[in-house]
Order: sequence, then structure tokens, then C-alpha cells
Amino acid sequence: MAAAPLLVVEDLKTHFFTRRGVTKAVDGVSFTLHAGETLALVGESGSGKSVTCLSLVRLVPEPAGRIVGGRVLLEGEDLLTKSPGEMRRVRGKKIAMVLQDPMTSLNPALTIGTQVSEVVRLHQGLRGGALRERVLSALRRLRISAADTRLGQYPHQFSGGMRQRVSSAIGLSCEPRLLIADEPTTSLDVTIQAQYLELLKEVQAAAGVAIILVTHDFGIVAAIADRVAVMYAGRIVEMGTTLEVFNNPSHPYTRALLRCLPDVGLGRQQLVEIGGQPPDLSRLPAGCPFAPRCPERQSICEEQSPPTVSVGDGHLAECWATKAVGSQQ
Amino acid sequence: MWRYLIGRALQTLLSMLVVISIVFFLTRLSGNPVHLLLDVNASERDQQILMHHLGLDKPLPVQYGIYVMNIFVGDFGNSVLTRRPVTEHIWERLPATVELGFVAMFLSVLIGVPLGMYSAVHRGSMLDSAARVFAVLGQSMPAFWLGLMLILIFAVVLGLFPAGGRGGVENIVLPAFTLGYFTSAAILRLTRSAMLEVLGSDYIKFARLKGLHEQIVLWKHGLKNALLPVVTFAVMLFVQFLGGAVVTETVFAWPGLGRLILESITTRDYPIVQAGVLVLSALYLVGNLFVDVLYSYLNPRIRHARA
Amino acid sequence: MPAPSRELPWFPGAILAALVLTAVFAPYLAPQSPTEGDITQKLIPPVWMERGEGRHPLGTDRFGRDVLSRVIYGSRISLVVSLLAIGLSGTFGTALGLISGYRGGFTDSLLMRFTDIGLSLPTILIAVVLVAVSEPSFRNVVLVISLLLWPRFARQIRGETLGIKEQDFVALAVVAGRSSTWIISRHIFPNVVPTLLVISTLQVGYVILLEGTLSFLGVGVPPPNPAWGLMIADGRGFLATAWWITLFPGVAMLLTVLAVNLMGDWLRDHLDPKLRQLGSRAETEPAAIEPVPEARPRGAAAGADGG
Repeated sequence: MAAAPLLVVEDLKTHFFTRRGVTKAVDGVSFTLHAGETLALVGESGSGKSVTCLSLVRLVPEPAGRIVGGRVLLEGEDLLTKSPGEMRRVRGKKIAMVLQDPMTSLNPALTIGTQVSEVVRLHQGLRGGALRERVLSALRRLRISAADTRLGQYPHQFSGGMRQRVSSAIGLSCEPRLLIADEPTTSLDVTIQAQYLELLKEVQAAAGVAIILVTHDFGIVAAIADRVAVMYAGRIVEMGTTLEVFNNPSHPYTRALLRCLPDVGLGRQQLVEIGGQPPDLSRLPAGCPFAPRCPERQSICEEQSPPTVSVGDGHLAECWATKAVGSQQ
Repeated sequence: MWRYLIGRALQTLLSMLVVISIVFFLTRLSGNPVHLLLDVNASERDQQILMHHLGLDKPLPVQYGIYVMNIFVGDFGNSVLTRRPVTEHIWERLPATVELGFVAMFLSVLIGVPLGMYSAVHRGSMLDSAARVFAVLGQSMPAFWLGLMLILIFAVVLGLFPAGGRGGVENIVLPAFTLGYFTSAAILRLTRSAMLEVLGSDYIKFARLKGLHEQIVLWKHGLKNALLPVVTFAVMLFVQFLGGAVVTETVFAWPGLGRLILESITTRDYPIVQAGVLVLSALYLVGNLFVDVLYSYLNPRIRHARA
Repeated sequence: MPAPSRELPWFPGAILAALVLTAVFAPYLAPQSPTEGDITQKLIPPVWMERGEGRHPLGTDRFGRDVLSRVIYGSRISLVVSLLAIGLSGTFGTALGLISGYRGGFTDSLLMRFTDIGLSLPTILIAVVLVAVSEPSFRNVVLVISLLLWPRFARQIRGETLGIKEQDFVALAVVAGRSSTWIISRHIFPNVVPTLLVISTLQVGYVILLEGTLSFLGVGVPPPNPAWGLMIADGRGFLATAWWITLFPGVAMLLTVLAVNLMGDWLRDHLDPKLRQLGSRAETEPAAIEPVPEARPRGAAAGADGG
């Protein structure tokens, strides 16, 4: 990919300052994303996926949470140095986000029409008939039927899947460059999930929007993502193209996650769980944070942070046991 | 939803019957009214005549029946003192009570909602702490004492407002504040907690993600949701002011229904006490029913659930 | 959000301890008799004012009675009335709630309809009439307040019971052939005790205000008893000349109710987090979703004017 990347995240650090100490929720995350590309952020809950996403739009819950370091370059401009007013013009316009639970992310007291049109009016400056047309086309693009009658309805009159489409329609209504979807299908039925993902792919192809998809479901990753970043304890421990990571998982944690998948193809229904608990982010041990749970632990793992090793074209892993450019297993 | 409303209406009716019965049996149990109406020296014959005239010689269930019937046609009898129909007395006093209730409600909303909003948005700030002290004090302060202290400070010492009576705007300030302080404290706490809950919600996060201005997020997306319980509560307060302004009316010599009831207790004018209590209770119960209906109407989720 | 502290809050704790000690040792603490005064010593101001006398630190009232002594003895009345009223209504309400919740079905519907009606009555109004027609006396005040209070206990305890009933140990006891009485008293009751404690504490402030209101209106504890409400009513006529008669009993009442409310809130947060929608705050905080009767704040009713 020769074109300049859409998004460059460099050494992003977001910490939470509480009475119990400093929780390093995101601790040195770097990645790049090109226009039209889909990156999946994978990991257990508490690994820092959601905080990473909120940091990109600078909506980390204050005052406890603060971005303490790094750069977030969107089309070359550092978002972390923008004023609150400038940042509001980025949110919803250049970066849109869809939240996990469609049942709670729409305002129950406002009609769907109001909730879609306010963002279009704000960012596109449209009024009257043009506004209405734009709102309707935004809804139709997500295949919401009878859009004009649905404008006057309230969220509770929609099903969960429909609400997630409305949220996405709101997100995509201003032609953003980047859509962040934080576990958008977790609370949907399996069939609705598949429908929604298909739709998302279709819209992405048409609009050329880049997507960051937060998930803990490798099935979804396989279905939609171009690249995968696996997060553990606030860091990306392995990143590469979806194919590479699936075929050649190079971090013990990734391998453990993949083993957790029911292997439907072979008819095995055996689920393996990763032993141990995710670490307490306010008191991380020295060395590799995964070491206490790692089956391939060496003595060095508990002493020094692991190096970043390149195992292929753009395929990186942070592990002492991984050999540079060579197949494991 | 309709099933629920019909149930509530029936319950209101039942509550009203309970109040009617309590009032009936209490006034009958508390001695023979004839002794109160007649001179101590009245002859046995006079007593008999009056008993018959008042229907007191009939069996108790029959008396009760007649009594309930009369209430439903709006006949509460005559005042013992003035001999005028009780309904006239009530109508004279009702506007004052309604007026005081209205002003007190507006005052408490005007104080409570903005303070509660501010407290929630700036949680942990100095003003938040101050507002919470204001609220906790308001819920612990005896209204009658507060009223007297206000009279002491603002009428006696400073001479800013009259100490009592009804008339111009200056007359209603102190009683309305006395009546409204407790409730503005309650509204403050309610607004604060409702707003805090709303501010932590996903749709507020989503509204911020849309790039909306913080003021729009707060006032359009936030307040509208937080307001639902607050509006319902404010209307309910008004209803309660009608039902229970006895104390404030007494303190400020406000010529309302509550004070009429209390005066009539002192003068043993039981027909007025009965009627006054029944009218206020009816207002209170019907008002509460109305609040329930309003609540279901204001909440779109319930409005559309026509199960 | 700062976590609520685990230790007992010192401020309300200290006030309550002082109050209980004052009530118990009133005869040793009070410098003068609370009910007898020297008419030649009437309307003496507090000691720090001109004409003040060391024998009467907080001054005297219009009969020359010592205000400090009366305030000290008044704590006994407030405490005894609230203990008795809460003991009485708590026992009755809890029993009813346990039976209603455990039995379920028709018994439950019937008892809960009663409770709903009880909760819907305009508290102050009914109290005023009840006490007025039945002659003001200490006993009647306690009875009337209890009568108005039990539904609050019944409803909450019933809710708790419903939850506990579903647990395994109850099912085991049923299988083991234990009687209902045994199960209720051995298995269910101990589990509702924390809730009971929280509701009781939260009602103390309310009872004190209600008693004060009734006494103030002249339908509560009869004179010459040193009830705080009565003292405030006494001082009303002398507001301009002898404000101390009104001020001090009011401060005592305010501090007491404040301390009890703070303590109740603290107990609720620590003993029983489930009860967050309940209590001195909660009486004013409706749940936001269903239009079931519980969705609206109950009981704020009386508070509107009495509090």
C-alpha cells in the first residue's frame, strides 16, 4: 500500500488515576490503518480495546482517565493536540463510532429522525428538504425499510438488530473516514449478527470507510477483518494480516485464544480455556505481563519486557519465545 | 396499559371510600353530635327532635348509607356555626390553597432542577456539596419552624415581607418558600440522581461521539430523559400541597382549606371538618391518579405499549 | 467516585449519642423543672443577652419555664413516641409483609390492596382528624402515627420475602416438612432484619417531624408536656419579643432529624445496598421505568408539609 495511511497511532498511553493507584489501561499502542481497510482489535475484556478506541476520539472517562502520551494522526493531523471545539468537528464527521449495546445507545426520549438529523445538520449544514433527503438515504443505505414513517418513531419501537442499523446509519451519515465499531454484534442474535456484518462490509465497499472492529470473537474477525491486532494488558502483543495470524499465530496468547474457538470444521466441540486471570493493570509484574499464564514461559520472561519480533511481512509479535521470520510449531 | 389504568382508578375509588368511612365513624364515635349542637340545658324532647332531624335515630348502617349518598350528590350539610352550606365555605377557601400550591410548586422546580443539574454535571465540586447540604437540611427541617424563622428574619427583623395573610405578591413569598423548601430539596436530589444516571448512559456517550456540543448533550439528550421522573414528581407535589398545606397555612394565617379545617376542629364545627377533609382527600387521590396517567403518557415506552 | 466510608459517620453518630444520653439522664441534666415555672421569671432572654440570667441559659417562656430544661425533656417525648410508633407499626407491618409475601396468591393480593390504600391516604390530614376527634393524648399520637406508618413496612418486607422465599434453604425446609410459621420465623425473618433496621431508622426522622407537626397544630401531645412542637407553637405569639422560645426547640428537632436521616442513609448504603431506592432520599426518587404503583414515590405524601 503506497498511499499515506489514514490513521497512524504511535505509542498511545492512556492511564486511569484512581485511589488504588495508576491503571495503565493502554500502555504504548501503535498501529496504522489505511483507507477502506478493516482492523480487528481482539482480546479478553479489560485488555484495553475499548479504551484504545475512546482515546482515538478523546472521550476517555474523565477525570480519572487521561491520555498521557503518544500521537494519533488522522490524515496527518495529530488529534491529541486539537482543541475541544476542533475535536467535536472530528467526532461524527471524520471518525464515527458504534457502541456495543444497541438497546442503550439510542436516546429513548428522542425520535429516530431527530437523532439522525441532528448529526447531519451539525456536520453537513443541511436544512429542510435536503436534510430530510440525506437522513432518509442514510437510513436506506443500512436497509431500513419504510424509512420515512420510521423517522417519527422512538427507539423502543425497533428491534435490537434494527437499532444497531440505526446507530450505524447515524455513524455513517456524514461520510466519515473511519468507523469504530465496539463489539457491535455482541448483543445480537447469531443470524442478525451475520446480516449486520454483511451489510457493514457492503457499505464499507461502497463508501471506502476504514473500520476498527473491536471484538473477542475470532469468527467475526475471519469474516470481516483484513488485519488483526491482539491486545493483552494494554499492549498489542501480535499484529498481522488475518490470514497470517490465523495460519501462523506467533504469540502464545494468540495461540491460546485460537484454541478457545470451537473447531467446527473438525467436529470437535472441545473448548479450551486460558488458565489464570487477566492481570491487575494497576500492578503489572516486571517482564512480560502474560508470563504468569504462559505455557511457554522462560525465566527471562519474568525479568524483561519482550522484544517486538517481525515474523513476516507486517506480522509482528511481542514475545521472547518467538523467532524472527520463522515458523513456530 | 388500559388494564393498569382501570385498576388504578378502582383503587382510587376504594381509597376514597376508606377515607369517607374513617371520617364517618370517627365523627360518630367521638360522641353524640347533638350534645355539641345543643345547649347543655336542652330538654330531652328537643334532643329527640334534633336527633330525628339529623337522622341520628336511624340504625348506623342506614346512617352510613345516607351519608355516602349525600356526599356523592355534593351535599355536605350546613355549618354548625354559620348555618351556611358547608360547600360555600369550602369554595371560599379553596382558591387560596390552590394558589399557594401552584406558587410553591413552581418555586421548588425553579430552585431544584437547575441546582440538581449543576450538582450532577459538576459532581464533587463545592457547589455540589453546598447543594447537598441544602437538600439534606430541607428534608430534616420542620416546616412549621422554618416558617416561623422566616417570619422572624424577613418580617420581624428585616421587615421585607408581611408576616401573614393573603393579598399581593409579597404575601405569598414566605409561605410558598416554606412549603416549597422541603420539596425543592427533594426535587434537587431527584434531578441530581436522575441526571447522574443519564450522564452515565450509552446514549449520552453516543451523543458525544456524534460531535454534539456539550450543552446540547446535556440539555437536549440529558435533561429530557432526567426530566420524566422530575415532571411527574412536581405534579405530584402540587397534589400534595393541596392535601397537606395545613401547617403552612396555619403558620402564615393563609386563608386556605387546611386552615379552615383546623379552625373548625377548634370550634367543633364537624360538618366543615368532614367536608374539608373529604374534599382535600379527593383532590389528593384524584391528583395522584392523574400523576400516574401523566407518567405513563410522558414515557414513550409505556405510551406505545398497548397490551 | 469516592467510596463511602466504612466507619460510622461521626457527625450524626455523635448527635444521636448525645440525644439518647440527654433523654436518659434528663433529670440530672436539666437545671430546672420542665413543666413548672415562676411566673415572675417569664420571658427572660438567653444568658448571653442583656437581662439574661445564669439560671436560665436559654431563657424562659411566657410562664417562666426554663427553655433549656424543656428542650432537654422534650428529647424524651420525641424518642419515646418514635420508638413506640415504629415498634408498633414495624411489628404489625413486618408480620403482614411476611405473611403476604410468603403466602402469595389471594392473601397477598388482598393484603397488598390494603397496603396500597394505606399508602395512598393523605397522611397529615388523616392524622389531624384522627387525633382531633379522639382527644389529643400521648397514647393517641402514638396510635395514629403507627396506623399511618405500617403500610411502608408491609410493602418493603413483602418484597424482601418474595426474594428470600425462592432460595434453596427455604425449599429444603419445605421439603423437610417444616411448618410455615417455623419457616417464616427461623428462615425468612432473620434475613429481613437488615432491611427492617434500615426502614426503621429512615422512619424515625419522619415520625419525629409528624409528632412535632401534630403537637404544633395542637392535636398532638397535650400541654404542659415539653414536646418540641408544642414549645414552638407556644413561642409563636412571642416571635417578635422572645424568639428564643421558638428557636431552640426547632434547632433540637432539626439536628435530631438530620442526624437520624444521615444515619439512615448510611445504614442503607452499607447494610443493604438493594435498598438504594428507599429511604429519606428515596421517598422522593421514583424508579424510572414501569408504571406499576411502586414506580412512583410513595410516602413523600406526608413529608410535603410535615417535613
